[in-house]
Amino acid sequence: MQKQASFQSKLLPYALVAPQLAVVLIFFYWPAAQAVLQSFLLQDAFGLSTTFVWFDNYRELFSQPDYFAAVVRTFVFSFAIAFSSLSFALLLAVMADRPMRGGTIYRTLLIWPYAVAPPVVGVLWVFMLNPSLGILARGLRDMGVDWNPLLNGNQAALLVILAAAWKQISYNFLFFLAGLQSIPKSVIEAAAIDGARPMRRFWTVIFPLLSPTIFFLLVVNIVYAFFDTFGIIDTMTRGGPGTATQTLVYKVYVDGLLGGNLGGSAAQSVILMIIVILLTAVQFRFVERKVNY
Amino acid sequence: MVEQEGIQRYLAHVVLWIGIAIVAFPVYLAFIASTQDNAVIANGQMSLLPGGHFLETYYQTIFVGTSGSTREPVGSMMLNSLIMATLIAVGKIAISIISAYAIVYFRFPFRMAIFWVIFITLMLPVEVRIYPTYKIVADLHLLDSYAGLSLPLIASATATLLFRQFFMTVPDELLEASRIDGAGPFRFFWDTLLPLSRTNMAALFVILFILGWNQYLWPLLITTRDDMQTIQIGIRKMITTTDALTEWPIVMATAVLAMLPPVFVVVVMQRLFVRGLVETEK
Amino acid sequence: MANVTLRDVRKAYPNGFEAIKGVDVDVADGQFCVLVGPSGCGKSTLLRMVAGLETITSGEIDIGGRIVNQIEPADRDIAMVFQNYALYPHMSVYNNMAYGLRNRGMAKPEIDTRVQEAARVLELTPMLERKPRQLSGGQRQRVAMGRAIVRQPKVFLFDEPLSNLDAKLRIAMRVEIRKLQRRLKTTSIYVTHDQLEAMTLADILVVMNAGQVEQIGNPLDIYQKPATTFVAAFIGAPPMNLLPLRDAGLQLQGASGEAGILGIRPEDFQVSNGAVPSGGVALGLTVEAIERVGAETYVYGLRAQRDGEAAVSAKPGELPPGEILIRVPGQTGPAIGERITVAAPRDKLHLFSADGRQRIAL
Repeated sequence: MQKQASFQSKLLPYALVAPQLAVVLIFFYWPAAQAVLQSFLLQDAFGLSTTFVWFDNYRELFSQPDYFAAVVRTFVFSFAIAFSSLSFALLLAVMADRPMRGGTIYRTLLIWPYAVAPPVVGVLWVFMLNPSLGILARGLRDMGVDWNPLLNGNQAALLVILAAAWKQISYNFLFFLAGLQSIPKSVIEAAAIDGARPMRRFWTVIFPLLSPTIFFLLVVNIVYAFFDTFGIIDTMTRGGPGTATQTLVYKVYVDGLLGGNLGGSAAQSVILMIIVILLTAVQFRFVERKVNY
Repeated sequence: MVEQEGIQRYLAHVVLWIGIAIVAFPVYLAFIASTQDNAVIANGQMSLLPGGHFLETYYQTIFVGTSGSTREPVGSMMLNSLIMATLIAVGKIAISIISAYAIVYFRFPFRMAIFWVIFITLMLPVEVRIYPTYKIVADLHLLDSYAGLSLPLIASATATLLFRQFFMTVPDELLEASRIDGAGPFRFFWDTLLPLSRTNMAALFVILFILGWNQYLWPLLITTRDDMQTIQIGIRKMITTTDALTEWPIVMATAVLAMLPPVFVVVVMQRLFVRGLVETEK
Repeated sequence: MANVTLRDVRKAYPNGFEAIKGVDVDVADGQFCVLVGPSGCGKSTLLRMVAGLETITSGEIDIGGRIVNQIEPADRDIAMVFQNYALYPHMSVYNNMAYGLRNRGMAKPEIDTRVQEAARVLELTPMLERKPRQLSGGQRQRVAMGRAIVRQPKVFLFDEPLSNLDAKLRIAMRVEIRKLQRRLKTTSIYVTHDQLEAMTLADILVVMNAGQVEQIGNPLDIYQKPATTFVAAFIGAPPMNLLPLRDAGLQLQGASGEAGILGIRPEDFQVSNGAVPSGGVALGLTVEAIERVGAETYVYGLRAQRDGEAAVSAKPGELPPGEILIRVPGQTGPAIGERITVAAPRDKLHLFSADGRQRIAL
């Protein structure tokens, strides 16, 4: 952790870390602490007095079916997005891993969507699947599907999931490709000589050796689904119809906007914080155990 | 291997092209739409080939804005995004590199504690602390300002971690040789460490710039004036609930323009970008 | 059990580079064949072509009477030991060895018998449940061999398996590999850049350079009668001395004038009192350096220069032109600066054409 060689200045190191510490304290810890604090408070209707209510806000949250539904919904979305995006990205990465002409071109053509912002993603997909003028919507109607995400909650959810998964494909693809390329070629060759056909090789050798990457990406995708989808949801469905696409983070936003229950909104934020911390901690603990060759 | 020949190779190419098509299709569509006439689009009659309205649509988009929700020309919104993204990228790199330098190359009390304090910020994205952060920014009178847009997003540790990891791989002998040559902390940093860190900085810049450019929720909250909007907010505001009012060509043109800078950066700096991405996440 | 035959095998890459330029090798059933040569000579490529890991541009590879050009590695009934062992990192030693058998649908009890037997032979039994990263280099190497043995294939292929081991272990493993192969009587093809390994292991030795075969034969035959100056300098350590013919001051029958290259091994010189053996060669040297290694002494001497000498050019690792290396048994020898005469009898002389590509009989 520490270099052998180092400087002995007394004040300089503090001066060097000061800017970052300042920013971090003011814009990270202070708001985070505020959120935690506020989650234990209850403001009256006029915002005039606040009382310390311990975990009442939390208890109230958990007793709301709305909140519980949002939790379930968020997890369902996350897994759906993660699973679909990861599978497709893995397929593409496996195809791209061969020595082939134009390898870099494929990579370039597949990674640029990373740069597309969530709201833009939302706009693009809304355009394609808009019930009245979207091209894909037309196709769906021609196939006999009654496509109207403005009214059908499940279809709206599907819309969000598709758009979010689409955006993540390139990120996952990149990491899968890197992971595949770090598997020594000789191990694959040994498996081939040992009588394993391509499919068997994939499931018995490549997939297990890829598992740290898969696990890492799973966590990243879930965190992404929790938070980065905000822009997508806000542009596509605004949480609707009703609350059909309202994820936890969106709910925080909406509840906070509507004002009133600052305590409840803060409690929601704190719960989100805990979830993320847990996920990140899990990721660090498990991903740190790298596979040695 | 022998089996790699023949059908397996074609299959790989086919699958990859399907992937590329899926990935590119929505964007292609957007581009097409930005060159067509609004009436045609609204009727659902849009063709799959570019129309003739390229120049006028883009001109209107960049310099005039829609007649609907926002009168802000996209050009100025892009400028805001540019400033914000650059501030975030540069700001983050600047404070992180000196922090990492201090943590790796100096011995001082509370070093580890400070490291952990900074490290923990990795865990929480800004969406989780939006309202309290909003209040603080408001209290500091930083609403509707570039500082307010960028500062909260600089407060996380990814860059510090990356620099720290990189510094750990720099051989000790370099520092020792430097010292023997009479260099103090500043000289060592400026003359030796900084040039070595150039590729890392470039890679980070790419990632952070894109991150900043694509920010949505935070700018949404703290900008109230039309002329401080970023392009992500702009594009959002253009989608109104009633289809009849949406000027699709302009919206799509905005989308295309919103994508251009980050995509351009990614494509041009591809190798750096990939490397930076893979490094920051470890 | 099977023979391996290569007929005019060639490999060219899409950019035009010819890695293998027409190789013919015949390995009889049960023979240990070693492919030896410097880095880049194509020996590993050739091995991988036999394995099916590289494609063949033209020619035929025949294993046990069956032409295998289009057959996948899995179906060639071969086993390979890689330079970096290529063990499956996520599987235990037991599973590493059992993997190939499972892929072929063998019954569990039989798999167990084979794996246990191989583990016993290679002294791996206490490590069966460990993972590769918990093993030392030598142990991993044995697991790699175990994985090959349990398959009981027609052919063993070795790709520089000992290169990653330390010197002592390398010598011990070398002997083990040879003993094992003699017991199992499996046809083996072994690639190495180390000429000592090649000499000690091979029944039939194939010396390669730049994609071509320089010489094939019994190791001792190659040692005693190298076909080209490349083989002459490559096989045998310290390397053979090669000098332009006219410097030797000898009229040799069959030599075209004074062109030609004369080769004499360091151990074939005798320090003489000036007498020239009949039909042989004598050289006057000034001693430049001495290396005593205990059992013998290496003496580096400088020949008297001739004007306009177009010497055999020195490549890295070779003696510079004008320098001769002789080997003297024991620990005595001339002193530095001393002028000595060394002589070699006719039957220890090797004569090559001026381009070094042909051996001329004396």
